[in-house]
Amino acid sequence: MKHILSVLVENKPGVLARVSGLFSRRGFNIDSLAVGPTEDPDTSRMTIVVDADDLRLEQITKQLHKLVNVLKISDLDPRDSVERELVLMKVNAAPNMRPEIVETANIFRANIIDVSKNTLTIEITGTADKIQALEDLLRSYGIKELVRTGKVALARGKLAEV
Amino acid sequence: MRMTGAEALIKSLERESVDVIFGYPGGVVLPIYDALYDCKTIRHVLVRHEQCAGHAADAYARATGKVGVCLVTSGPGATNLVTGIANAWMDSIPMVAITGQVATTVLGTDAFQEADITGITLPITKHNYLVKDVNQLPTIIRQAFALAKSGRPGPVLIDIPSDISKAEIDFKYPEDLVIPGYKPVYKGHAKQIKEAAKLLAKAEKPIIYAGGGINKSEAWRELKDIAEILEAPVTTTLMGKGAFPDDHPLSVGMPGMHGTRYANYAIMDSDLILAVGVRFDDRVTGKISTFAPHATIVHIDIDPAEISKNVVVDLPIVGDAKIVLKDLIAAVNKIDKPYADKSRWHAMIKEWKTKYPLHYHQDGQIRPEYVIEMISKLTKGKDTIVTTGVGQNQMWSAQFYRCNTPRSFISSGGLGTMGFGLPAAVGAQIGRPDAVVVDIDGDGSIQMVSQELATVAANKLPIIIAILDNRYLGMIRQWQELFYNRRYSQSDLDVGTPDFVKLAEAYGVKGIRVTQIEDVEKTLKGAIESREPILIDFMVAREENVFPMVAPGTSIDEMLGGVPGAAISQMIDEEVEEEGERDETYPVGTRGK
Repeated sequence: MKHILSVLVENKPGVLARVSGLFSRRGFNIDSLAVGPTEDPDTSRMTIVVDADDLRLEQITKQLHKLVNVLKISDLDPRDSVERELVLMKVNAAPNMRPEIVETANIFRANIIDVSKNTLTIEITGTADKIQALEDLLRSYGIKELVRTGKVALARGKLAEV
Repeated sequence: MRMTGAEALIKSLERESVDVIFGYPGGVVLPIYDALYDCKTIRHVLVRHEQCAGHAADAYARATGKVGVCLVTSGPGATNLVTGIANAWMDSIPMVAITGQVATTVLGTDAFQEADITGITLPITKHNYLVKDVNQLPTIIRQAFALAKSGRPGPVLIDIPSDISKAEIDFKYPEDLVIPGYKPVYKGHAKQIKEAAKLLAKAEKPIIYAGGGINKSEAWRELKDIAEILEAPVTTTLMGKGAFPDDHPLSVGMPGMHGTRYANYAIMDSDLILAVGVRFDDRVTGKISTFAPHATIVHIDIDPAEISKNVVVDLPIVGDAKIVLKDLIAAVNKIDKPYADKSRWHAMIKEWKTKYPLHYHQDGQIRPEYVIEMISKLTKGKDTIVTTGVGQNQMWSAQFYRCNTPRSFISSGGLGTMGFGLPAAVGAQIGRPDAVVVDIDGDGSIQMVSQELATVAANKLPIIIAILDNRYLGMIRQWQELFYNRRYSQSDLDVGTPDFVKLAEAYGVKGIRVTQIEDVEKTLKGAIESREPILIDFMVAREENVFPMVAPGTSIDEMLGGVPGAAISQMIDEEVEEEGERDETYPVGTRGK
């Protein structure tokens, strides 16, 4: 089962290597990993997507906790959290195909961020399902290059805080 | 106070009450060695290979309970130390390793003697630091010592570039310790402890499985108390040897691959296992799926990640062994007696003990087990530390050395580092100068570190180096005999093994060769009384095997050997071999119910 771990770490050199090294040497697979500083410049948040059963997830979490630079780990429940991923796709687009592709992009509220003679580059943000749907549709035109940020996620604000 | 980084390092070590450093100088640590030259409070012990600085610091920590400190140079000095660090990591030994590094100005340029030692030791340290700002140095040292010795202990590495050692600093040692991401739990969960107490009181066939965690938290008294209150047999792992007296009537010795038959049978038949400070290592559990099928398992460990890592446990208690056991004893005492009747359980164990004692062939040859029994007998009652190499010598020591006091058996458990014995003896003797230190070693193991005879000689350490010399990599040969159709690939050391007596003498250490069984006792006796360095080369029966043995991948009650008089034992009988009857199946599960 897929889990999204939100890991708060000290923003220090080598922390990413400590975390990714731990995953690889203990044989845990990372589906995606996104990292960047938080509201506090001394800390970074990693959003790590892993595919693991409960026992394995428990072991991953406990091992992560042993890293001195790891401050907090949350296993985000999809029902109580919001997640997004950003994807850039460079799609084959001969001039006569452009309107059709732009229209498709618009339906998904994706943005066209670059145009060349024979390509369009599209930016889409959203959940995995939405991105997958657009990707499937655009595949027929030919996707030349694609890059994704990996998922980022946050727990939903508590009702009391609203 | 204004001083250099190197001087601040020494000052900080003094503040951490460091009295010994094991080390080896080199280019980028020259400023540190220069500062050390003026230091009156810290003794530096010069080893002859950096790996041994690690092992000596490791054993010093095990023998004294303090943090072991080692200091080496960058590049090859640091990479040579890696095995020493890994050994301390696997056995959770508190150690601070200080390495020199090339100057920050050339860091990352493949400079002369540069190695990314923080990168290399990432998986084998509790934490490590590359010091990039000299002002951070005192804080880092403070944190390193705190991390090394608290929680589940382990090695911490500090990598100090040469320009940091030379830079000036206003020295002030930090009083406060702030490590936001580090909060070890010492006190066990009250509800879990109460639950455990109930299970313990009810258990008819309990066994306590105690390991290195007992030694680390110094929970010796508590372990003895709870065992006696519950009348529970105690099995101590290799790392836990000494945590519970081997001569105690409740002791069943070591479990696992070369454990006693009665320890393994007791585990497999038990209805409750109280596991304390152990990690269910594969050498203990054998085949996991068949491990202790009837037992409810209570696991006390300070490291939450050890809970249900290998064997899924029923009742975990995260905390320090000493504190949790204290609380557990209190909780057990609150339960009305009598507890479950264990007379049948004790009768079973007694029967196994009588039927399957540790034993060996006594035929006039020097059997290695006999040498260890003699060491055990002659040091009884004396403050003694036994260190070991790795392989057969280690397993025989674990089986036949009767260890009744804590911190007196020092062996490389998790990593299984051949060559650990001699540098460990150095560290142990430096830490406990008055103790009788015996390195029970193999001829293979000692050849990996024989240069440390120089350290022994230079420091006049009265270590007794007892080599069980069979001119084989004995454990390798044993596996080849049992599982590889006696194809002795690369395990025969007979050609090329040095004359150990002459080798010792070359270093100015007394050397004696013992070839007759009647000389064993008096030679050892003389060595113990002499209080000077001595190497004794015991020419033992070459093809002796360690039994009983759990074959890899099998259940721990399916043991080979260790049955007096049976065909497959260390008495593997020359006759049987000659007749080529080796195809017979091994006796399996011969225990009586």
